[in-house]
Amino acid sequence: MLRWAGHSLIFLLAAPILLGTLIASLPAFGYFPPLGSSDFSLEAWRELFEVPGLTRSVLISLISGVLTPLISLALVFLYLASATGSKLDLWIRRLVSPLLSFPHAAAAFGLAFLIAPSGLLSRVISPGLTGWERPPDILIVNDTWGLTLLFGLIVKEVPFLLLMSLAALPQLQPRHRIEVARTLGYRPTIAWLKVIAPSLYPLVRLPVIVVIVFASATVDVALILGPTLPPTLSVRVLSWFNDPDLNLRFLAAAGSLLQLGVSLIAVAIWLALEKFVGLLWRFWLAAGNLNTGEGLAFAIGRSAMPLVLVVIAGSILALLANAFAGPWRYPSALPSSWTIQHWANSLSDLSTPLFNTVLISVSSTLLALLLVVATLESERQSSKSKSTALWLLYLPLLIPQIVFLFGIIVLTEFVGWQANLSLVIFGHLLFVLPYVFLSLSEAYRQLDPRWTQVASTLGASQLKSFWRIRIPLLLAPCLTAVAIGMAISISLFLPTQLLGAGRITTITSEAVALTSGASRNLISVWAVVQLSLPILGFMMALLIPKFVWRNRSGMIDTR
Amino acid sequence: MSNSDLELKDVSISLGGKQLLEINCSVGPGEILTVMGPSGSGKSSLLVYIAGFLAPVFESSGSVLVNGADVCSLAAERRHIGLLFQDPLLFPHLSVAGNLRFALQSNAKQKNQAISEGLNDIGLAGFDDRDPSTLSGGQASRVALLRLLLSAPNAVLLDEPFSKLDTQLREETRTLVFDKLRASGLPTILVTHDQADAEQAGGEIRTLL
Repeated sequence: MLRWAGHSLIFLLAAPILLGTLIASLPAFGYFPPLGSSDFSLEAWRELFEVPGLTRSVLISLISGVLTPLISLALVFLYLASATGSKLDLWIRRLVSPLLSFPHAAAAFGLAFLIAPSGLLSRVISPGLTGWERPPDILIVNDTWGLTLLFGLIVKEVPFLLLMSLAALPQLQPRHRIEVARTLGYRPTIAWLKVIAPSLYPLVRLPVIVVIVFASATVDVALILGPTLPPTLSVRVLSWFNDPDLNLRFLAAAGSLLQLGVSLIAVAIWLALEKFVGLLWRFWLAAGNLNTGEGLAFAIGRSAMPLVLVVIAGSILALLANAFAGPWRYPSALPSSWTIQHWANSLSDLSTPLFNTVLISVSSTLLALLLVVATLESERQSSKSKSTALWLLYLPLLIPQIVFLFGIIVLTEFVGWQANLSLVIFGHLLFVLPYVFLSLSEAYRQLDPRWTQVASTLGASQLKSFWRIRIPLLLAPCLTAVAIGMAISISLFLPTQLLGAGRITTITSEAVALTSGASRNLISVWAVVQLSLPILGFMMALLIPKFVWRNRSGMIDTR
Repeated sequence: MSNSDLELKDVSISLGGKQLLEINCSVGPGEILTVMGPSGSGKSSLLVYIAGFLAPVFESSGSVLVNGADVCSLAAERRHIGLLFQDPLLFPHLSVAGNLRFALQSNAKQKNQAISEGLNDIGLAGFDDRDPSTLSGGQASRVALLRLLLSAPNAVLLDEPFSKLDTQLREETRTLVFDKLRASGLPTILVTHDQADAEQAGGEIRTLL
């Protein structure tokens, strides 16, 4: 049975995504029997290109798709170059995992409430520094060119790329290389950029492409921070899809294919950029011992990461302040009184979405854990090397969500299924699986094989040593994987929204739905709930092993 | 007393077409055969092969007979061949007693009694509930030996089990291990670098090239 686990894992991931992408294209060409249309035509495309402001929507999606990874990666590399081994570094390494679990929507709301004209930042510096007695009349959040959207995406992707880089770094033996370069006369920051960066980049290339696809096609962050007139392409596709006029489905299908094209073009631009930068680097390396730029690189690297942290901390503060704020006149830095009224008002609305959120995240994560452990266990027992097909795990992260989720819905409509909870759980599973796998696979593969060998020589069957030895030894990494999987599921917006047909509500889907119209206080209550859930998960993942192994000091460092 | 014997018949192990070792030998009840040789001579591969964990990249031929029955086609856990590694490898998540209990057959009677008698026997009476990581190196080695004996093996393999202990402790532990194995009548193969190990084992010595 185990032998099938690896194959079924890959099938489960790849089949719906590839099939979904293919099927999404049928209505784009006029074929959609559930709506009574079975003739192929280009009508939807003609309609799409006549949509006003389409060029701008596409352009904004492209700009965030290319600039987000470019700026985030530059910041991460400059940071690593300037701070590796410093006190700041130790501190940031500890913070990076929890930061990653900060849900996109909550982060976007927090940022909006921090930097809006009447936001926390403006209140803190007014009227003292600015002289403003009323909020300035400027468009910061939802600005026309999506700069705030870009800023929000960078703040969110920097921790992700940092974590991926930190995971890849040890295999490059950076300390040794830097020492060699420094004995040749290079200053430390330049040395890092010259001898580590070129070997590190190929190792984080796939995560970078994940960032490109996400940034060019994000829906929830763009709904909250992105421009409105016109919105990004992905947001428009969703609105066509949700339109009560079912004929817009054809337009939505064509739009989602265009989104796939836009994301692919963003990747293509990145690959061209990669060639160009590679060329520059080679000239720079060949130029020899030039330490020019050390000071600037050091300054940017050292200040960028704390700045990102300050922005995140400020966003959380803005959410907390708004969630408990009584009357709060501009430009007072703090509300004149605090209240729990907003919480009391939301309590009854919170319960169903909260229950759904927990149910969906727990079931999708446990399913993912089961599949991942079965795959890793079958890989171990067959003592095969890593399967090459495992790159397919990245598939749900490499194709814009809206494209294949749309296809999955079309597929269910062909078959005649209704949107329901199990479909939503399955949708979440697609996104949770890769993260659970990435998080658990290293620990599982690196578990000392002698533990199992000792168990076998003592007469224990594979099953007995699995349950009695391997699972307990891997309890901590398994729980971390569960916390990560649940954090991912909790933060998902589009799979819940689309596969649940808007009828199944989670904290995230409700919070995003509040974007238009609800008060800051109310939104903040939901965002605070949303961001506390993953924190609870990570705390449990940390505390449970500490409690279970309180009398087993050998379990603290054994993995 | 187990009174079993272990025989290696035309055992040959190669890697990439190059032969690492070839051996024919027979070890009687309570005898200790010592295999010596430089690093890379395949000593450890031999033990791994007999125990049943040889990686598929190695090619092997010949047979391992325990009491005359070839065990080569059996999975490691059905060979009833015990193995002591360089490290005691006590399971860190189980107590001392938990480690010992893990080795007892599921149908064994009076497990608790067997465990406390065993601990008493190796001078660790009352250590049942201890966290294995709080044991000294010598204590952990003794628990590992007891765990192996409680699993009722028909033969034993020792992979440089004393190399990580300091001189004084090595002497003591070695004496204890050899005495126990002889007293149990188990055929044993010892792989070592240490001439003193070989001398004290008192059995036949094979040197691999």
